[in-house]
Amino acid sequence: MSEQVEHLIKKEYAAGFHTTIDSETLPPGLNEDVIRFISAKKNEPEWLLEWRLKAYQSWLEMTEPEWAHVKYEDIDFQAVSYYSAPKSMDEKPKSLDEVDPELLRTYEKLGIPLHEQAALAGVAMDVVFDSVSVVTTFREKLFEVGVIFCSISEAVHKYPELVKKYIGSVVPQKDNYYAALNSAVFSDGSFVYIPKGVRCPMELSTYFRINEQNTGQFERTLIIADEGSHVSYLEGCTAPMRDENQLHAAVVELIALDNAEIKYSTVQNWYPGNEEGKGGIYNFVTKRGVCHTNAKISWTQVETGSAVTWKYPSCILRGDNSVGEFYSVALTNNYQQADTGTKMIHIGKNTRSTIISKGISAGKSSNAYRGLVRINPGAEGARNYTQCDSLLIGDKCGAHTFPYIESKNPSAVIEHEATTSKVSEDQMFLCQQRGLDAEKAVSMIVNGFCREVFKELPMEFAVEAGKLLEVSLEGSVG
Amino acid sequence: MLRITDLFARVEEKDILKGLNLTVKPGEVHAIMGPNGAGKSTLGNVLSGRDGYEVTGGSVEFNGKDLFELEIEERAREGLFLAFQYPVEIPGVSNMEFLKASVDAKRKHHGQPELSAVEFMKLARETSKRVNLEQAFLKRGVNEGFSGGEKKRNEIMQMMLLEPSLCILDETDSGLDIDALQVVANGVNAMRSPERSFIVVTHYQRLLDYIVPDYVHVLANGRIVKTGGKELALELEKKGYAWLETEAV
Repeated sequence: MSEQVEHLIKKEYAAGFHTTIDSETLPPGLNEDVIRFISAKKNEPEWLLEWRLKAYQSWLEMTEPEWAHVKYEDIDFQAVSYYSAPKSMDEKPKSLDEVDPELLRTYEKLGIPLHEQAALAGVAMDVVFDSVSVVTTFREKLFEVGVIFCSISEAVHKYPELVKKYIGSVVPQKDNYYAALNSAVFSDGSFVYIPKGVRCPMELSTYFRINEQNTGQFERTLIIADEGSHVSYLEGCTAPMRDENQLHAAVVELIALDNAEIKYSTVQNWYPGNEEGKGGIYNFVTKRGVCHTNAKISWTQVETGSAVTWKYPSCILRGDNSVGEFYSVALTNNYQQADTGTKMIHIGKNTRSTIISKGISAGKSSNAYRGLVRINPGAEGARNYTQCDSLLIGDKCGAHTFPYIESKNPSAVIEHEATTSKVSEDQMFLCQQRGLDAEKAVSMIVNGFCREVFKELPMEFAVEAGKLLEVSLEGSVG
Repeated sequence: MLRITDLFARVEEKDILKGLNLTVKPGEVHAIMGPNGAGKSTLGNVLSGRDGYEVTGGSVEFNGKDLFELEIEERAREGLFLAFQYPVEIPGVSNMEFLKASVDAKRKHHGQPELSAVEFMKLARETSKRVNLEQAFLKRGVNEGFSGGEKKRNEIMQMMLLEPSLCILDETDSGLDIDALQVVANGVNAMRSPERSFIVVTHYQRLLDYIVPDYVHVLANGRIVKTGGKELALELEKKGYAWLETEAV
């Protein structure tokens, strides 16, 4: 059976092609001049350049975190190029017709048509290629209801007061090593503002693509949901297959003001490296949201890609009665490593959080859940429910759970459940005896295991996530 | 239908089947009885192709094909069905989804189109009624939180939906109360037809009161040591297996 399973997990990475496009790419290396170059390229105001330089100074004094349950060779941060943009993007196209057709073809190949008439109905999309945002669809339609959805570079110019007020307010520049690096060199990303009382009429989505070699992607996303508003946002990511590891260090900040709700979903499919563990993306991401009174933030993530994942989407439950949720499926195969989970920081009274984590390990991979639930002294009546389930496929992989619970208020109720199971021979046999082939059997069993999380994804992406899982698992049975 | 010739099989280096012969014709019901450890469950597992059961000799012809040339799922699609003694749970996979995938896999194998969701739903609902399973079970995870009796009824429902030509019931009666036993037996009896055969593996005569076999075989020490009509089961009930076991050595 383990042999069977192993064979099933082997499958080609469909998004692994490279687009040949004329790009302006900075030579590798990081110093103040590079940061000044990026800032100048984006014609940024002085305050932002200062902000970046301050972050850079902090970064220089920091060291890489080593507590995660992952192993990789030291990253040479001077060997990475911190800016790459298609030349055709020098003057940002005003409409889709002006976008380089080669770029449009890239996204079509990835199954993401950008022409609005062909695009997924009801989904507005921002598209980030290496260091720049290529296009944002449905902007006018969204603007009619006051929703702002654009690249963060554009927001810096058009909505400086919002950006200045909120950038770094949830994830400070010095928060951690990768957040500091991102703050210094971030090149683009998405910006969302939902005005008071508005329910965003469409799903908002950003698609990240790393294309150039030896390039890192450092995007920054800022979502502000004003009082009583509601938004659902989804991000997806892919990269070409390359033998070298590439760095992706993003920062996402969510602000849910009183009575607002943000639903943030991720389908992460960065190149995971090959069967021998060569290449793949290092995915070191800081995602955090703050909830004001009665607000709610819900993180849903499906993580199937990347060679190494280091990621803990978190909620600071500052306001009374605020709610934080984290639903996660993390699948590792071959030599992939993931150390992922969440932090729920209960500050306000009667704050509630739910954590459902599903880790699936196959091949020789390692998959760790790491989560912190902290109840501050003032968080009367706080509640948390955590459920961590691990599923092992084969006998050469590992699953680990590191839950941290800190409760400083005696009225808090914290529940934690954890299970580890294997795709059993009996389950496989039952499926096959009923006529299903081994691949279908494994994908069905794994999908069943993830059901609680998939049902949190927006409808059209739940189906995608199921398929992605199937593809990522191919070769795990033989 | 099925011709087993001089079958030898081993599990974990231990010989279990040692020259078993059995021929099952269409429409027949064969009961296989015998003491614990005689190889009763091994037979079902070997025929369905389970991993860990190594065939060391002999041949099996199933509907004109060499059974051992077929993968587990191909045997199933060709019409071989094994009802499990202890059906396993598959959490989160709805019974409906599982059943539809199974039925579609079989239909595809036979060049038939897949059923639409609506068609299948209708079929599944009707079938669940026949085995006294409430429709809510269709939405629940496969066997997830089912009682012993519910699991067995679920097995019979799968059997009805897949319409196999050869059904092997592996100690389906174990752990069942009389009411559940009757439901299972009624399900099996309703499926009896001139084209469909059954191998009913059981430790007790009780099940055979409800599913009346054409032949009763005693399996001891890896071989069939005695064959008779349904009255043989009654005799075994009275005398036990010991007198046959000594004969078989």
